[in-house]
Amino acid sequence: MTTEAANGAAALEFRDVSYRVGGNLILDNLNLRIESGRTLVLLGRSGSGKTTALKMLNGLLFPSGGKVLVEARSTTDWDLIELRRSIGYVIQEVGLFPHFTIGENIGLVPRLKGWPPDRIAARVAELLDQVGLASAQFLGRYPRQLSGGQRQRVGVARALAAEPKLLLFDEPFGALDPVTRVELQDQFLSLRDRFKKTSIFVTHDVREALRLGTEIALLHRGKLEVLATPDDFVKSNGPEARAFLSTL
Amino acid sequence: MIPPYLLQEMAQETGEHIFLVLIAMAIAAAIGLPLGVLLTRRAALRTPLLGFANVMQTIPSLALFGFLIPIPFIGGIGKRTAIVALVLYALLPILRNTLAGILGVEGAVRESAIAMGMTGRQLLWEVELPLAAPTILAGLRIATVTTIGTATIAAAIGAGGLGVFIFRGIASVDTTQILAGAIPAALLALLSDGGFSWIERRVSVP
Repeated sequence: MTTEAANGAAALEFRDVSYRVGGNLILDNLNLRIESGRTLVLLGRSGSGKTTALKMLNGLLFPSGGKVLVEARSTTDWDLIELRRSIGYVIQEVGLFPHFTIGENIGLVPRLKGWPPDRIAARVAELLDQVGLASAQFLGRYPRQLSGGQRQRVGVARALAAEPKLLLFDEPFGALDPVTRVELQDQFLSLRDRFKKTSIFVTHDVREALRLGTEIALLHRGKLEVLATPDDFVKSNGPEARAFLSTL
Repeated sequence: MIPPYLLQEMAQETGEHIFLVLIAMAIAAAIGLPLGVLLTRRAALRTPLLGFANVMQTIPSLALFGFLIPIPFIGGIGKRTAIVALVLYALLPILRNTLAGILGVEGAVRESAIAMGMTGRQLLWEVELPLAAPTILAGLRIATVTTIGTATIAAAIGAGGLGVFIFRGIASVDTTQILAGAIPAALLALLSDGGFSWIERRVSVP
Protein backbone atom coordinates (compact mmCIF):
# COMPACT_ATOMS: atom_id res chain seq x y z
CA MET A 1 0.00 0.00 0.00
CA THR A 2 1.37 3.44 -0.80
CA THR A 3 0.19 6.98 -0.42
CA GLU A 4 0.83 9.20 -3.34
CA ALA A 5 1.18 12.69 -1.97
CA ALA A 6 -0.60 15.33 -3.99
CA ASN A 7 2.51 17.00 -5.33
CA GLY A 8 4.90 17.90 -2.51
CA ALA A 9 8.29 16.25 -2.70
CA ALA A 10 8.71 13.47 -0.17
CA ALA A 11 11.35 14.09 2.48
CA LEU A 12 11.84 10.35 2.73
CA GLU A 13 10.88 7.44 0.61
CA PHE A 14 11.14 3.67 0.77
CA ARG A 15 10.95 2.33 -2.75
CA ASP A 16 10.44 -1.46 -3.10
CA VAL A 17 12.69 -1.99 -0.12
CA SER A 18 13.51 -5.49 1.04
CA TYR A 19 16.02 -6.63 3.61
CA ARG A 20 17.29 -10.12 4.00
CA VAL A 21 19.45 -11.67 6.70
CA GLY A 22 20.44 -15.20 5.82
CA GLY A 23 17.21 -16.81 4.67
CA ASN A 24 14.95 -14.44 6.57
CA LEU A 25 13.08 -11.67 4.87
CA ILE A 26 12.99 -8.88 7.45
CA LEU A 27 11.44 -6.31 5.13
CA ASP A 28 9.32 -7.38 2.20
CA ASN A 29 8.85 -4.88 -0.61
CA LEU A 30 8.21 -1.85 1.57
CA ASN A 31 6.90 1.27 -0.12
CA LEU A 32 6.38 4.42 1.91
CA ARG A 33 6.64 8.16 1.43
CA ILE A 34 6.91 10.66 4.21
CA GLU A 35 6.18 14.32 3.61
CA SER A 36 8.30 17.00 5.11
CA GLY A 37 7.24 18.08 8.61
CA ARG A 38 5.15 14.97 9.33
CA THR A 39 5.55 12.44 12.12
CA LEU A 40 5.30 8.90 10.87
CA VAL A 41 4.96 6.21 13.49
CA LEU A 42 6.20 2.77 12.55
CA LEU A 43 4.07 0.43 14.62
CA GLY A 44 4.53 -3.29 14.90
CA ARG A 45 5.42 -6.26 17.04
CA SER A 46 8.97 -7.22 17.87
CA GLY A 47 10.54 -8.58 14.71
CA SER A 48 8.11 -6.80 12.40
CA GLY A 49 10.97 -4.94 10.73
CA LYS A 50 10.24 -1.46 12.08
CA THR A 51 13.66 -0.84 13.61
CA THR A 52 15.31 -2.24 10.50
CA ALA A 53 13.38 0.24 8.37
CA LEU A 54 14.37 3.09 10.70
CA LYS A 55 18.07 2.23 10.58
CA MET A 56 18.02 2.41 6.80
CA LEU A 57 17.26 6.12 6.95
CA ASN A 58 20.58 7.07 8.55
CA GLY A 59 22.59 4.44 6.76
CA LEU A 60 23.13 2.08 9.67
CA LEU A 61 21.64 -0.58 7.39
CA PHE A 62 21.20 -0.74 3.63
CA PRO A 63 18.42 -2.46 1.68
CA SER A 64 19.10 -5.82 0.05
CA GLY A 65 16.73 -4.70 -2.70
CA GLY A 66 15.11 -1.40 -3.62
CA LYS A 67 16.09 2.06 -2.50
CA VAL A 68 15.78 4.32 0.50
CA LEU A 69 15.69 7.96 -0.51
CA VAL A 70 16.46 10.87 1.79
CA GLU A 71 15.66 14.15 0.09
CA ALA A 72 15.33 12.30 -3.20
CA ARG A 73 18.84 10.87 -2.95
CA SER A 74 19.49 7.20 -2.28
CA THR A 75 21.28 6.53 1.02
CA THR A 76 23.90 4.65 -1.00
CA ASP A 77 24.74 7.90 -2.80
CA TRP A 78 25.01 10.04 0.33
CA ASP A 79 28.24 10.83 2.10
CA LEU A 80 27.26 8.82 5.17
CA ILE A 81 29.03 11.05 7.66
CA GLU A 82 27.25 14.10 6.28
CA LEU A 83 23.91 12.27 6.16
CA ARG A 84 24.16 11.07 9.76
CA ARG A 85 25.20 14.47 11.09
CA SER A 86 22.03 15.91 9.59
CA ILE A 87 19.77 13.35 11.28
CA GLY A 88 18.92 13.21 14.98
CA TYR A 89 18.77 9.72 16.45
CA VAL A 90 17.20 8.69 19.75
CA ILE A 91 17.18 5.09 20.96
CA GLN A 92 15.64 3.27 23.90
CA GLU A 93 19.02 2.61 25.55
CA VAL A 94 19.77 6.33 25.08
CA GLY A 95 23.45 5.63 24.38
CA LEU A 96 24.86 8.74 26.05
CA PHE A 97 28.65 8.76 26.20
CA PRO A 98 29.40 7.87 29.82
CA HIS A 99 32.74 9.69 29.82
CA PHE A 100 31.28 12.95 28.47
CA THR A 101 29.42 15.47 30.61
CA ILE A 102 25.80 16.23 29.74
CA GLY A 103 26.99 19.42 28.04
CA GLU A 104 29.57 17.53 25.98
CA ASN A 105 27.03 14.87 25.05
CA ILE A 106 24.53 17.40 23.74
CA GLY A 107 27.20 19.46 22.00
CA LEU A 108 28.76 16.52 20.20
CA VAL A 109 27.26 16.84 16.73
CA PRO A 110 27.68 20.62 16.65
CA ARG A 111 31.32 20.06 17.59
CA LEU A 112 31.75 17.42 14.89
CA LYS A 113 30.29 19.92 12.46
CA GLY A 114 32.82 22.50 13.55
CA TRP A 115 30.60 25.05 15.26
CA PRO A 116 32.50 27.66 17.30
CA PRO A 117 32.53 26.87 21.06
CA ASP A 118 30.43 29.84 22.15
CA ARG A 119 27.69 28.93 19.70
CA ILE A 120 27.76 25.32 20.96
CA ALA A 121 27.54 26.48 24.59
CA ALA A 122 24.57 28.72 23.84
CA ARG A 123 22.83 25.96 21.91
CA VAL A 124 23.39 23.37 24.65
CA ALA A 125 21.98 25.66 27.34
CA GLU A 126 18.96 26.49 25.16
CA LEU A 127 18.25 22.81 24.50
CA LEU A 128 18.55 21.74 28.12
CA ASP A 129 15.95 24.33 29.02
CA GLN A 130 13.71 23.19 26.16
CA VAL A 131 13.70 19.60 27.37
CA GLY A 132 12.97 20.74 30.90
CA LEU A 133 16.36 20.40 32.60
CA ALA A 134 17.90 23.40 34.33
CA SER A 135 21.07 23.96 32.35
CA ALA A 136 23.16 25.38 35.18
CA GLN A 137 22.41 22.31 37.24
CA PHE A 138 22.92 19.60 34.62
CA LEU A 139 25.61 20.89 32.26
CA GLY A 140 28.60 19.49 34.14
CA ARG A 141 27.05 16.23 35.34
CA TYR A 142 27.76 12.80 33.95
CA PRO A 143 25.07 10.52 32.49
CA ARG A 144 25.26 8.01 35.35
CA GLN A 145 24.27 10.75 37.79
CA LEU A 146 20.90 11.16 36.04
CA SER A 147 17.65 9.20 36.27
CA GLY A 148 16.37 7.26 33.26
CA GLY A 149 13.89 9.97 32.34
CA GLN A 150 16.49 12.73 32.64
CA ARG A 151 18.89 10.72 30.50
CA GLN A 152 16.33 10.35 27.76
CA ARG A 153 15.59 14.08 27.88
CA VAL A 154 19.30 14.59 27.29
CA GLY A 155 19.11 12.02 24.48
CA VAL A 156 16.36 14.07 22.82
CA ALA A 157 18.33 17.30 23.32
CA ARG A 158 21.40 15.68 21.78
CA ALA A 159 19.41 14.61 18.74
CA LEU A 160 18.08 18.15 18.25
CA ALA A 161 21.42 19.87 18.82
CA ALA A 162 22.71 20.45 15.32
CA GLU A 163 19.32 21.44 13.94
CA PRO A 164 18.78 18.22 12.01
CA LYS A 165 16.34 18.06 9.14
CA LEU A 166 15.14 14.67 10.24
CA LEU A 167 14.61 12.97 13.60
CA LEU A 168 14.59 9.21 14.17
CA PHE A 169 13.21 7.69 17.37
CA ASP A 170 13.58 4.01 18.16
CA GLU A 171 11.22 3.20 21.04
CA PRO A 172 12.75 6.12 22.94
CA PHE A 173 10.37 6.00 25.88
CA GLY A 174 10.00 2.23 26.10
CA ALA A 175 12.15 1.79 29.18
CA LEU A 176 10.57 4.58 31.22
CA ASP A 177 7.93 4.39 33.92
CA PRO A 178 4.41 5.28 32.70
CA VAL A 179 4.33 8.73 34.27
CA THR A 180 7.70 9.83 32.92
CA ARG A 181 6.73 8.28 29.62
CA VAL A 182 3.67 10.52 29.28
CA GLU A 183 5.73 13.56 30.32
CA LEU A 184 8.22 12.85 27.58
CA GLN A 185 5.46 12.23 25.06
CA ASP A 186 4.06 15.66 25.93
CA GLN A 187 7.51 17.11 25.50
CA PHE A 188 7.77 15.41 22.13
CA LEU A 189 4.42 16.85 21.02
CA SER A 190 5.34 20.37 22.05
CA LEU A 191 8.71 20.12 20.30
CA ARG A 192 7.00 18.63 17.26
CA ASP A 193 4.53 21.48 17.04
CA ARG A 194 7.23 24.07 17.59
CA PHE A 195 9.85 22.86 15.13
CA LYS A 196 7.82 20.89 12.59
CA LYS A 197 10.70 18.51 11.93
CA THR A 198 10.13 15.41 9.89
CA SER A 199 10.16 12.57 12.40
CA ILE A 200 10.01 8.80 12.27
CA PHE A 201 9.00 7.17 15.50
CA VAL A 202 9.21 3.43 16.13
CA THR A 203 7.01 1.92 18.82
CA HIS A 204 5.05 -1.21 19.67
CA ASP A 205 2.62 0.78 21.80
CA VAL A 206 -0.53 1.63 19.85
CA ARG A 207 -1.53 4.26 22.40
CA GLU A 208 1.78 6.05 21.85
CA ALA A 209 1.36 5.70 18.09
CA LEU A 210 -2.11 7.28 18.12
CA ARG A 211 -0.91 10.07 20.36
CA LEU A 212 2.26 11.08 18.56
CA GLY A 213 1.83 10.24 14.89
CA THR A 214 0.42 12.27 12.06
CA GLU A 215 0.53 9.00 10.13
CA ILE A 216 0.76 5.44 11.38
CA ALA A 217 2.37 2.68 9.35
CA LEU A 218 1.63 -0.77 10.71
CA LEU A 219 4.26 -3.36 9.84
CA HIS A 220 3.67 -7.07 10.12
CA ARG A 221 6.32 -9.63 9.22
CA GLY A 222 8.19 -7.09 7.13
CA LYS A 223 5.12 -5.98 5.18
CA LEU A 224 3.21 -2.74 5.35
CA GLU A 225 -0.27 -3.66 6.54
CA VAL A 226 -1.88 -0.29 7.12
CA LEU A 227 -0.90 3.29 6.42
CA ALA A 228 -3.37 5.75 7.87
CA THR A 229 -3.87 8.83 9.98
CA PRO A 230 -4.60 8.07 13.64
CA ASP A 231 -8.30 8.80 13.05
CA ASP A 232 -8.49 6.31 10.21
CA PHE A 233 -6.23 3.81 11.90
CA VAL A 234 -8.70 3.16 14.70
CA LYS A 235 -11.25 2.16 12.04
CA SER A 236 -8.92 -0.36 10.36
CA ASN A 237 -10.26 -3.85 9.90
CA GLY A 238 -7.18 -5.92 9.15
CA PRO A 239 -6.43 -8.67 11.67
CA GLU A 240 -3.06 -7.22 12.74
CA ALA A 241 -4.52 -3.72 13.16
CA ARG A 242 -7.39 -5.16 15.19
CA ALA A 243 -4.91 -7.10 17.30
CA PHE A 244 -3.16 -3.87 18.15
CA LEU A 245 -6.37 -1.91 18.69
CA SER A 246 -7.63 -4.60 21.06
CA THR A 247 -4.80 -3.66 23.42
CA LEU A 248 -6.31 -0.22 23.94
CA MET B 1 73.55 -5.00 57.16
CA ILE B 2 74.14 -5.16 53.45
CA PRO B 3 77.83 -4.95 52.58
CA PRO B 4 78.66 -1.82 50.49
CA TYR B 5 80.07 -3.79 47.55
CA LEU B 6 76.78 -5.68 47.27
CA LEU B 7 74.75 -2.48 47.56
CA GLN B 8 76.58 -0.95 44.65
CA GLU B 9 76.11 -4.03 42.51
CA MET B 10 72.43 -4.15 43.47
CA ALA B 11 71.94 -0.60 42.29
CA GLN B 12 73.58 -1.41 38.99
CA GLU B 13 71.59 -4.61 38.38
CA THR B 14 68.36 -2.92 39.42
CA GLY B 15 69.07 -0.30 36.78
CA GLU B 16 69.66 -3.01 34.18
CA HIS B 17 66.52 -4.79 35.27
CA ILE B 18 64.42 -1.65 34.87
CA PHE B 19 66.03 -1.06 31.48
CA LEU B 20 65.12 -4.57 30.29
CA VAL B 21 61.53 -4.21 31.49
CA LEU B 22 61.03 -0.72 30.06
CA ILE B 23 62.38 -1.62 26.63
CA ALA B 24 60.39 -4.86 26.52
CA MET B 25 57.18 -3.15 27.64
CA ALA B 26 57.61 -0.28 25.19
CA ILE B 27 58.00 -2.72 22.32
CA ALA B 28 55.18 -4.98 23.52
CA ALA B 29 52.83 -2.00 23.87
CA ALA B 30 53.86 -0.61 20.49
CA ILE B 31 52.98 -3.95 18.91
CA GLY B 32 50.14 -5.10 21.17
CA LEU B 33 47.97 -1.97 21.32
CA PRO B 34 47.62 -1.36 17.56
CA LEU B 35 47.32 -5.09 16.96
CA GLY B 36 44.59 -5.31 19.60
CA VAL B 37 42.68 -2.51 17.88
CA LEU B 38 43.13 -4.29 14.55
CA LEU B 39 41.66 -7.46 16.08
CA THR B 40 38.50 -5.55 17.02
CA ARG B 41 38.07 -4.71 13.32
CA ARG B 42 39.11 -8.08 11.86
CA ALA B 43 37.41 -10.91 13.70
CA ALA B 44 39.04 -13.50 11.42
CA LEU B 45 42.49 -12.64 12.78
CA ARG B 46 41.51 -13.10 16.42
CA THR B 47 41.88 -16.86 16.69
CA PRO B 48 45.28 -17.15 15.01
CA LEU B 49 46.86 -14.13 16.73
CA LEU B 50 45.49 -14.78 20.19
CA GLY B 51 46.41 -18.43 19.69
CA PHE B 52 50.00 -17.47 18.93
CA ALA B 53 50.20 -15.20 21.97
CA ASN B 54 48.65 -17.94 24.08
CA VAL B 55 51.18 -20.52 22.95
CA MET B 56 54.00 -18.11 23.79
CA GLN B 57 52.64 -17.85 27.33
CA THR B 58 52.56 -21.60 27.78
CA ILE B 59 56.25 -22.06 27.02
CA PRO B 60 58.18 -22.09 30.31
CA SER B 61 60.24 -18.91 30.42
CA LEU B 62 63.58 -20.61 30.86
CA ALA B 63 62.81 -22.79 27.84
CA LEU B 64 61.78 -19.79 25.74
CA PHE B 65 65.05 -18.01 26.51
CA GLY B 66 66.84 -21.21 25.53
CA PHE B 67 64.87 -21.66 22.30
CA LEU B 68 65.73 -18.16 21.16
CA ILE B 69 69.49 -18.47 21.56
CA PRO B 70 70.17 -20.37 18.30
CA ILE B 71 67.83 -18.19 16.20
CA PRO B 72 69.75 -15.76 13.95
CA PHE B 73 69.29 -11.97 14.39
CA ILE B 74 66.99 -12.11 17.41
CA GLY B 75 68.88 -14.85 19.23
CA GLY B 76 72.28 -15.23 20.82
CA ILE B 77 73.46 -14.50 24.32
CA GLY B 78 72.58 -11.20 25.92
CA LYS B 79 69.99 -8.48 26.28
CA ARG B 80 68.53 -8.62 22.79
CA THR B 81 67.38 -12.22 23.14
CA ALA B 82 66.01 -11.51 26.59
CA ILE B 83 64.00 -8.55 25.34
CA VAL B 84 62.52 -10.61 22.50
CA ALA B 85 61.39 -13.24 24.98
CA LEU B 86 59.95 -10.68 27.38
CA VAL B 87 58.04 -9.01 24.54
CA LEU B 88 56.54 -12.35 23.50
CA TYR B 89 55.35 -12.90 27.08
CA ALA B 90 53.92 -9.43 27.52
CA LEU B 91 51.98 -9.54 24.27
CA LEU B 92 49.06 -11.71 25.37
CA PRO B 93 47.67 -9.63 28.24
CA ILE B 94 48.04 -6.44 26.21
CA LEU B 95 46.35 -7.90 23.13
CA ARG B 96 43.60 -9.62 25.04
CA ASN B 97 42.73 -6.64 27.22
CA THR B 98 42.78 -4.17 24.34
CA LEU B 99 40.39 -6.42 22.45
CA ALA B 100 38.17 -7.05 25.48
CA GLY B 101 38.14 -3.38 26.47
CA ILE B 102 37.02 -2.15 23.08
CA LEU B 103 34.53 -4.96 22.48
CA GLY B 104 33.16 -4.26 25.95
CA VAL B 105 32.01 -0.76 24.98
CA GLU B 106 28.23 -0.77 25.25
CA GLY B 107 26.54 -1.43 21.91
CA ALA B 108 24.15 1.50 22.29
CA VAL B 109 27.06 3.89 22.87
CA ARG B 110 28.89 2.68 19.79
CA GLU B 111 25.73 2.79 17.70
CA SER B 112 25.02 6.35 18.88
CA ALA B 113 28.52 7.43 17.97
CA ILE B 114 28.16 6.02 14.47
CA ALA B 115 24.63 7.32 14.03
CA MET B 116 25.71 10.80 15.07
CA GLY B 117 28.24 10.88 12.27
CA MET B 118 31.54 10.10 13.92
CA THR B 119 34.21 8.90 11.54
CA GLY B 120 35.95 5.61 12.27
CA ARG B 121 38.90 7.50 13.71
CA GLN B 122 36.71 9.65 15.96
CA LEU B 123 34.86 6.55 17.17
CA LEU B 124 38.17 4.95 18.13
CA TRP B 125 39.87 7.93 19.78
CA GLU B 126 36.92 9.70 21.36
CA VAL B 127 34.74 6.78 22.40
CA GLU B 128 36.30 3.33 22.24
CA LEU B 129 39.77 4.00 23.60
CA PRO B 130 38.72 6.27 26.49
CA LEU B 131 36.04 3.80 27.56
CA ALA B 132 38.38 0.82 27.14
CA ALA B 133 41.24 2.60 28.92
CA PRO B 134 40.77 0.97 32.35
CA THR B 135 40.77 -2.52 30.81
CA ILE B 136 43.71 -1.75 28.54
CA LEU B 137 45.65 -0.35 31.50
CA ALA B 138 44.86 -3.48 33.50
CA GLY B 139 46.46 -5.47 30.68
CA LEU B 140 49.57 -3.27 30.71
CA ARG B 141 49.70 -3.61 34.48
CA ILE B 142 49.61 -7.41 34.41
CA ALA B 143 52.15 -7.46 31.60
CA THR B 144 54.53 -5.13 33.44
CA VAL B 145 54.35 -6.93 36.76
CA THR B 146 54.91 -10.35 35.18
CA THR B 147 57.70 -8.99 33.02
CA ILE B 148 59.50 -7.73 36.12
CA GLY B 149 59.36 -11.26 37.49
CA THR B 150 60.25 -13.03 34.25
CA ALA B 151 63.14 -10.66 33.62
CA THR B 152 65.00 -12.22 36.55
CA ILE B 153 65.40 -15.35 34.43
CA ALA B 154 67.05 -13.27 31.67
CA ALA B 155 70.24 -13.45 33.72
CA ALA B 156 70.46 -17.12 32.72
CA ILE B 157 71.32 -16.07 29.17
CA GLY B 158 73.67 -13.30 30.19
CA ALA B 159 71.24 -10.39 29.94
CA GLY B 160 71.99 -9.05 33.43
CA GLY B 161 69.38 -7.70 35.78
CA LEU B 162 68.44 -8.77 39.29
CA GLY B 163 68.40 -12.42 38.28
CA VAL B 164 72.19 -12.33 38.42
CA PHE B 165 72.03 -12.46 42.23
CA ILE B 166 69.40 -15.13 42.29
CA PHE B 167 71.28 -17.52 39.99
CA ARG B 168 74.54 -16.80 41.81
CA GLY B 169 72.88 -17.33 45.18
CA ILE B 170 71.37 -20.64 44.09
CA ALA B 171 74.70 -21.85 42.70
CA SER B 172 76.62 -20.92 45.85
CA VAL B 173 73.80 -21.68 48.31
CA ASP B 174 73.97 -18.09 49.55
CA THR B 175 70.65 -16.74 50.84
CA THR B 176 71.93 -13.18 51.05
CA GLN B 177 72.63 -13.20 47.32
CA ILE B 178 69.21 -14.67 46.52
CA LEU B 179 67.49 -12.00 48.63
CA ALA B 180 69.64 -9.27 47.07
CA GLY B 181 67.93 -10.16 43.79
CA ALA B 182 64.49 -11.19 44.98
CA ILE B 183 63.69 -8.28 47.29
CA PRO B 184 64.41 -5.45 44.82
CA ALA B 185 62.50 -7.39 42.12
CA ALA B 186 59.50 -7.75 44.40
CA LEU B 187 59.67 -4.06 45.32
CA LEU B 188 59.82 -3.08 41.66
CA ALA B 189 56.74 -5.20 40.96
CA LEU B 190 54.83 -3.67 43.87
CA LEU B 191 55.86 -0.18 42.85
CA SER B 192 54.75 -0.54 39.26
CA ASP B 193 51.53 -2.22 40.35
CA GLY B 194 50.78 0.73 42.60
CA GLY B 195 51.68 3.18 39.86
CA PHE B 196 49.31 1.54 37.42
CA SER B 197 46.52 1.42 39.95
CA TRP B 198 46.93 5.16 40.47
CA ILE B 199 46.74 5.81 36.71
CA GLU B 200 43.71 3.51 36.39
CA ARG B 201 41.87 5.54 38.99
CA ARG B 202 42.75 8.72 37.14
CA VAL B 203 41.37 7.57 33.78
CA SER B 204 38.20 5.85 34.94
CA VAL B 205 34.91 7.66 34.35
CA PRO B 206 34.10 9.98 37.24
